[in-house]
Amino acid sequence: MDCGTEVRRTEFLPTDQLSTLIATLRADGFRTIGPTIDQGAIIYDEIESADELPRGWTDRQEAGKYRLEKRDDDAYFGYVVGPHSWKRFLFPPSAVVATADRGDAGWDLRTPDHEPPRYAFLGVRACEIAAMKVQDRVFLEGPYVDPIYKKRRDAAFIVAVNCTQAASTCFCTSMQTGPRCKGGFDLALTEIDGGFIIESGSAAGDDVLQRLPTAPADETAFARAESARQQAVDQITKTMDAEGLRDLLLQNLDHPRWDEVATRCLSCTNCTMVCPTCFCSSVSEVSDLTGDHVERHRQWDSCFNIDFSYMNGGVVRNGIRSRYRQWLTHKLASWHDQFDTSGCVGCGRCITWCPVEIDLTEEVAAIRRSPGDPSRPAADTESKP
Amino acid sequence: MNPPIQQTLPPIARKQRLAVFKFASCDGCQLSLLDCEDELLAVAEAVEIAYFLEASSHFEPGPYDVALVEGSITTPHDAERIQEVRRQSRFLVTIGACATSGGIQSLKNWADHQEFLRCVYARPEYISTLNDSTAIADHVTVDFELRGCPINRHQLLEVLKSLISGRRPRTPTHSVCLDCKRRGTVCVEVAQGIPCLGPITQTGCGAICPSYDRGCYGCYGPAAQPNCDSLTSQYLNTGSTHETLIPLLHNFNADSPPFRDAGNRLRQSAVLDSSGGRP
Repeated sequence: MDCGTEVRRTEFLPTDQLSTLIATLRADGFRTIGPTIDQGAIIYDEIESADELPRGWTDRQEAGKYRLEKRDDDAYFGYVVGPHSWKRFLFPPSAVVATADRGDAGWDLRTPDHEPPRYAFLGVRACEIAAMKVQDRVFLEGPYVDPIYKKRRDAAFIVAVNCTQAASTCFCTSMQTGPRCKGGFDLALTEIDGGFIIESGSAAGDDVLQRLPTAPADETAFARAESARQQAVDQITKTMDAEGLRDLLLQNLDHPRWDEVATRCLSCTNCTMVCPTCFCSSVSEVSDLTGDHVERHRQWDSCFNIDFSYMNGGVVRNGIRSRYRQWLTHKLASWHDQFDTSGCVGCGRCITWCPVEIDLTEEVAAIRRSPGDPSRPAADTESKP
Repeated sequence: MNPPIQQTLPPIARKQRLAVFKFASCDGCQLSLLDCEDELLAVAEAVEIAYFLEASSHFEPGPYDVALVEGSITTPHDAERIQEVRRQSRFLVTIGACATSGGIQSLKNWADHQEFLRCVYARPEYISTLNDSTAIADHVTVDFELRGCPINRHQLLEVLKSLISGRRPRTPTHSVCLDCKRRGTVCVEVAQGIPCLGPITQTGCGAICPSYDRGCYGCYGPAAQPNCDSLTSQYLNTGSTHETLIPLLHNFNADSPPFRDAGNRLRQSAVLDSSGGRP
């Protein structure tokens, strides 16, 4: 989908017409996925109307803790990011990538060719657009293109939402990914009193926008939107100094902080699973009892899973210290070598959803406070997956 | 509990002979075999079910290629019988929490066994039992351990398929959390403050309890390299009590060393009854 980097057209959409946007997308054949409340959190799932959005709710987040709370207004998007990310729709948690059937003439090998749903994502935040761009580099822009991801990504329609508030775990400003959406969307909303400033960022966005019952946006509305977006910037308190971070971490592979964090880390995989850029998977062959039908399954996996580094004869990263170090140095350091970008977009999910409150920005800060000898050469191949 | 020895059988031309043995247990795990309704005929086609009293009163004498062993050792008689099962079996697989860690009945390891006998039986002198409930691996060499209370039938089929095709069974050793996230379940600990053993428990059930807003209670036993003390410290700091956490750890896999030791440390720190438990 053509997602330009410039805003092509801006209008005002009244609050009660949000349903029209959803209905229009559904009429165009999209499966609309958006925020909705389930299991005490705002998750992403299929929604059929604006009634299913978490209107009037907000989230309170801190390290290891997430709670829903009622707002004192009826905003539709008055919260930040939750336990789900859009990657579960673009890079499904499990998929059959090949099948084989044994017949009289030998093995019949096939690649499933299912047409995935055309998704419209409603409520995509700036850090999440940045995360999709990171996964684009992984799945689309290297020597091997992932066909499952490509089909879904190409067909997706993105309705972004500019954050108007921040959680204590947010640090997108440090990673320069938000909170303002600057491209990578078809439409972008900023919620203000009485409605939304709606911007189009692509030809597909233009096409939907011109069919919506919008009004021209006046200067007051623009000013309100700007002030609402500034509120999110002002509320961000968490920072991570990204300057020279790659070299800092790779020069401190034996820092005592890794031992300290290993006493707390559960190696439970939660941080990697909620991370919108973590892309690791494992592939296994699953046969029936006769061995005549075999399926090749791909599932989300994690560098915190001890089996993930199993190679012939043993486990390579045989301790929590080495697994945590692998994750952090890959995410923040060797990701640059591999994909020419950081693997972190500053969404803060790994902080909120860590059961024991480990905060990567604190781990980085601790190493920065007492770095080892910088004259040691950076090990640049240590932590690629 | 000794670590299971990973090995595979060399392929053989004839059907493999399968036997199912029961020790101190509730029968739920061996019923998982009968619960393989859709696959049961294929199982019967693929292996010769030679000894399975729960399914048929007809049984064939050993030796057997594969023995599925359910239950823990709690009597002197069973301590001898497991030796004979081992002698008759090429490949011995324990199935379930009782066989792999002593089961829920290993809670008696923390109590006065004789006092239980006096309370329960009118004539305790007729009862011949051991002080402790112990895992099969404490008595004989075990070739593969299948966890769970009860075991998962898909994992049981995986073990049978691997034995038939001569490869090592694939049963993951990671935490339950990974499966919660794959299925999209929201973390009950972070979002609802429910103490959950998921981060230190081996997966296998498919992460069922958290999907019903319940914490994991560890019925598949400890995951690989579980950091139990970090989790229990966290839960104590966020409002859980020793009275909640000790029974959570000392439960279906009470005597598996990581859960046993972490629970014992909680008992000691709470200055509760710390007299029991094997060293």
